[in-house]
Amino acid sequence: MVEYLQSLTPDLNTWLMFTSALFALGIYGMLSRRNAVGVLLSLELCLNAGAVNFALFNRFWSPVQVDGAVMSLFVIAIAAAEVVVAMAIFVALFGYRRTVDVTQLNLVRE
Amino acid sequence: MPDLSFILSHAWLIPALPLASFLLVGLVLRPLHKPLAGAVATAAVFAAAGLSWWLAFDYLHLPKTAGGALPVLVPTSVEWLRFQEGLSVHLGTLLDPISVMLLVVVTTVSALVHLYSTGYLHGEDGYGRYFTFLNLFTFSMLGLVLAPNLVQMYVCWELVGASSFFLIGYYYDRPSAVSASKKAFIVTRFADLGFLLGILVLGYYAFTIHAGMGAAAAGQQALDFAFLTRPDVLSQLQALQGQFLGIGTLTLAAVLIYTGGAGKSAMFPLHIWLPDAMEGPTPVSALIHAATMVVAGVYLVARSFPIFAASAEALQVVMVVGAFTSLFAATIGCTQDDIKRVLAFSTLSQLGYMMFALGVASYEHPLGYTASMFHLFTHAFFKALLFLGAGSVIHAVHTNNIWQMGGLRKYMPITHGLFLLATLAIAGIPPLAGFFSKDEILAAALHSGHTVVFGVGLLVAGMTAFYMFRIYFVTFWGERRLSHLHHQDDHSHDDHSHADPHESPAVMWIPMAVLGLLTIGAGFVPIPEWVRLVPLDGKLPEAHHGVDLAVAIPGTLAGVIGIALAWFFYAGDPQRANSAVLKLGRFYAVIKAKFYFDEIYLFVTKSIIFRLIAGPIAWFDRMVVDGLVNATGWVTRLGGTAVNASQTGQVQTYGSWLMSGVVLAVVVLWATTRQ
Repeated sequence: MVEYLQSLTPDLNTWLMFTSALFALGIYGMLSRRNAVGVLLSLELCLNAGAVNFALFNRFWSPVQVDGAVMSLFVIAIAAAEVVVAMAIFVALFGYRRTVDVTQLNLVRE
Repeated sequence: MPDLSFILSHAWLIPALPLASFLLVGLVLRPLHKPLAGAVATAAVFAAAGLSWWLAFDYLHLPKTAGGALPVLVPTSVEWLRFQEGLSVHLGTLLDPISVMLLVVVTTVSALVHLYSTGYLHGEDGYGRYFTFLNLFTFSMLGLVLAPNLVQMYVCWELVGASSFFLIGYYYDRPSAVSASKKAFIVTRFADLGFLLGILVLGYYAFTIHAGMGAAAAGQQALDFAFLTRPDVLSQLQALQGQFLGIGTLTLAAVLIYTGGAGKSAMFPLHIWLPDAMEGPTPVSALIHAATMVVAGVYLVARSFPIFAASAEALQVVMVVGAFTSLFAATIGCTQDDIKRVLAFSTLSQLGYMMFALGVASYEHPLGYTASMFHLFTHAFFKALLFLGAGSVIHAVHTNNIWQMGGLRKYMPITHGLFLLATLAIAGIPPLAGFFSKDEILAAALHSGHTVVFGVGLLVAGMTAFYMFRIYFVTFWGERRLSHLHHQDDHSHDDHSHADPHESPAVMWIPMAVLGLLTIGAGFVPIPEWVRLVPLDGKLPEAHHGVDLAVAIPGTLAGVIGIALAWFFYAGDPQRANSAVLKLGRFYAVIKAKFYFDEIYLFVTKSIIFRLIAGPIAWFDRMVVDGLVNATGWVTRLGGTAVNASQTGQVQTYGSWLMSGVVLAVVVLWATTRQ
């Protein structure tokens, strides 16, 4: 099994199909989850798809440099910071509205 | 230009004084202290009157021109509005014989009326307001008199119209006064439209000529009287080929300008506002609607006389309308019961006299011009005196109806004497002021070959004497009628309600006495020597001196016959007048109803203009114009409602729209950019 996996050397297109699927999954989650935390999780999927793309293009187009890898590290760092902010907002929101259901948060309409 | 004395070069001080006092009284003193407001206003006008007499004295001692005429000066001219080279509006002062004469008349009568008003309106609520507007009027009238160009004249022309409106509507809690003030404003404003059109027509061609003259017109503006009355400009205007409805351009402009003058001077058929204007306080009638503002139309025609003289048709219009108005108004004057209305119709009649005197004048027979200005001068004094006398009577008995007066000569000896003096003057009895000027006018009509006009003038002179003595006899002679009529009177002078009528206070009879002296003396002022129509070549012929007996005897005779008839009908047995009225029957009723002119106007305005023109236009405005505006708003609202549904407030719905957009954009990019 391990050998089989090691023997696989997928090309760029295969990898891009994977990241696209990951991104689409994130979008789907963002638009369908009712819990704000779930929406946030889905957003992370989209970010990760992007981060993987950075690493991929680095690996396949200019293997001697590390620009892409550094960029993906940045994405991870920013995503972590963003989660902190978002979760703080959710906590405050919950304290105020007793819910984090995004379909209930429609005060713009009124 | 010779060195001018202080007052000649500072003639602008004369209108500036009432203006300053108008601002001071109107903005500061009026709410604070009533008697002070009246005193300041009166003092300012008296100062202006003093300056005017000083100015007139200095002006008459100026060296004459080579032709023997008094000089024409423009000591002040300040640029006010500038449009382009040769087309700018100046404010300034123009001194020539007629403007100096009117300056003296306006300030003198105004000062006396101010003084009289302090007594007449004593203790009334609108005291401060009254003096504010009286000052505004005096300022505007002086600005009009001194105007060196048509635009300044037009501006002041509207200002006097506005002050007249305010003062007629002084008793604004009386519906009749309110409607009278509106009527006066609308009728004169309607006529002023003609004046404005006249200025525009004249200004358009004058500017073209001005531009074509180059250096020859340097220092003059296209609308200056000095430019418009230059012989070379007038001959170019006369040569214009333009035709409008078969009327030459110059005639058209002159007739349009005359329309404005006719409105202000209440010439037929624009006369309807003046009798109603008597709703204002009596001193206002004396100042504005007898002595000064209403002669502005005559003054305008005299001021632009060379323009009229260049167009025989325009002068013909002036003459015919003037003669007709004088006869028409005199006829109505014989039948009215309201003392002020009789005086108003007599004013109309005398204004017609002045107008036809201008109409018969020409460069060959310039006497009419002089006569008209002379009559304007004398009429101002005796007509102001008549009105102030009538005011004094009204003040005492609290009614305008002559049939409720009677026998007043016993109670009001001073008023009686002065009123009799003015009545004799207007009837043309020598040696009072009216005799000389009326004689001059009749002589002008006869010697210029207008025999019909002379006949009309003679007839009107007789009728004037008749109706003036009619009110004199009915008011001052006979027995006192309706002695307890003040019972239901709620006028402010309740404390006198059971007492006999009494003489007015000194503050009222002193101005009247001064006017009485002027009524006696004005005829001897050598106005005919000073005010002359300067011929085109600038050389005055020998002045015409003395009284023309061929005219003076029939003129005086007409007056005496009129007085005798009035005495016969009204001084003795009242049955005589009543039976005469009965004999005239319907004819009398038509005249008494002022030939139904008010009704005709009401019919024309209400049934024709309002229903057939204004009504459909109002419908179009409400339905079509407003409809379009409303439709715009309605469509916008509808659009808003439709789009409103997409605003769900659901963040995930928005996200879906966003993603759909992104996908769509990608698809479009892909479809359009692939090779």
